[in-house]
Amino acid sequence: MPHFERLYNFACWLTHDRQEAEDLVQETYAKALKGFSSFQLGTNFRAWIYKILRNAFLTSRTGLEATVTVPLDPEDEEEALPAVKETPETILLLRSDEQLVRQALEGLPVAFREILLLCEVEEMSYQEISSALDIPMGTVMSRLSRARKALRGGLQQQFAERVN
Amino acid sequence: MVCESWKAKLDTYLDGEVPEGEMRTFDAHVRGCPSCSADALTRVQMKRAIQVAGKRYTPSAEFRKRMQQKIAAKPRRSFRLGWTFAAAAAVILVVGTLTSVYLGTRSGRDQVFSEIADLHVAALASSSPVDVISTDRHTVKPWFQGKIPFAFNLPELQNSEFSLLGGRMTYLDQTPGAHLIYDARKHHISVFIFQERSLPARLDRDPLSPKQLTFNMETWTQGGLRYFVVGDASAVDIENLAKLFKAAS
Repeated sequence: MPHFERLYNFACWLTHDRQEAEDLVQETYAKALKGFSSFQLGTNFRAWIYKILRNAFLTSRTGLEATVTVPLDPEDEEEALPAVKETPETILLLRSDEQLVRQALEGLPVAFREILLLCEVEEMSYQEISSALDIPMGTVMSRLSRARKALRGGLQQQFAERVN
Repeated sequence: MVCESWKAKLDTYLDGEVPEGEMRTFDAHVRGCPSCSADALTRVQMKRAIQVAGKRYTPSAEFRKRMQQKIAAKPRRSFRLGWTFAAAAAVILVVGTLTSVYLGTRSGRDQVFSEIADLHVAALASSSPVDVISTDRHTVKPWFQGKIPFAFNLPELQNSEFSLLGGRMTYLDQTPGAHLIYDARKHHISVFIFQERSLPARLDRDPLSPKQLTFNMETWTQGGLRYFVVGDASAVDIENLAKLFKAAS
């Protein structure tokens, strides 16, 4: 079962529920079968099967609820996000507290969470992410940038809460 | 500020997504600029932290077993029988389509062949098919030292139609092995090497019919090692590469 473990990890991050993630992984393979004729040999199988999983998630109840509040990708809002500077304290915290990063990831909107996971955990290229999420390359770059800023913001907020 | 234009692209640079020519310029700047190098270091640490934190969930043994049991027990059930069986059948046919291995009543031997074909396809579908990239066998072979519990010889390829692309570690039934990837007239061929005694099934009896694989495959045992040569190249190419390995071992 190619990518079985990684698909399951990704599904858990999307759904926040292991049972739903199992259902999603099974549904992904079912849909992969039905649509296998649409897969072109020589193209990226990994991006294709992640795209199926993500689309299955988006049409699930959890997915619909999670994406209701997700912003679109207004390229011109890039500058509207506050600039975030890491301090020595936040860097130290990143090194020492995996749990903090997990919480910050979990707190992100699903569109930010998924793109960060595909880039950093799955180590997909921008082209693969573009295929998996079905968005243009420019949007991959801008959304990734926004996701990183949002994560840094979340970490700083958590750090401030701990200090106070 | 002078560095603002660089910093705007720093994440893209660290993701390895700036064009090759620009990458060299970027390298030079980051090395010489304390501000940008400090910023780059922070961002790399953030990337690593996300990577570590993101690898959080693994499927339970029960879930994996349940999927495998469904596959083994109900490989040919109709989709109309329910979503569960549809999912199980999907797994079979996705893998089966890739490997074209008939899974209906497959034996331990067939499972090994199927796994080998899966490993070949999965590696080629990966964004980094090889961990050691070199056409030089004297670079690739030593790379495996300390990573696998055996040694092997790689053939000299001069004046042959094959070229070595690199290698990677692989596992078959929890047994570590070597995976080498060769190019032959734009076809990629995988060579897998494992310790024979570690493999679950005897593979020489009743060899798999070529009709059961869209890939061509050769397998043999030599010096206590089990070799598999698999790929979508012609049967002649697969056989010729196998001969080179047999001669080298």
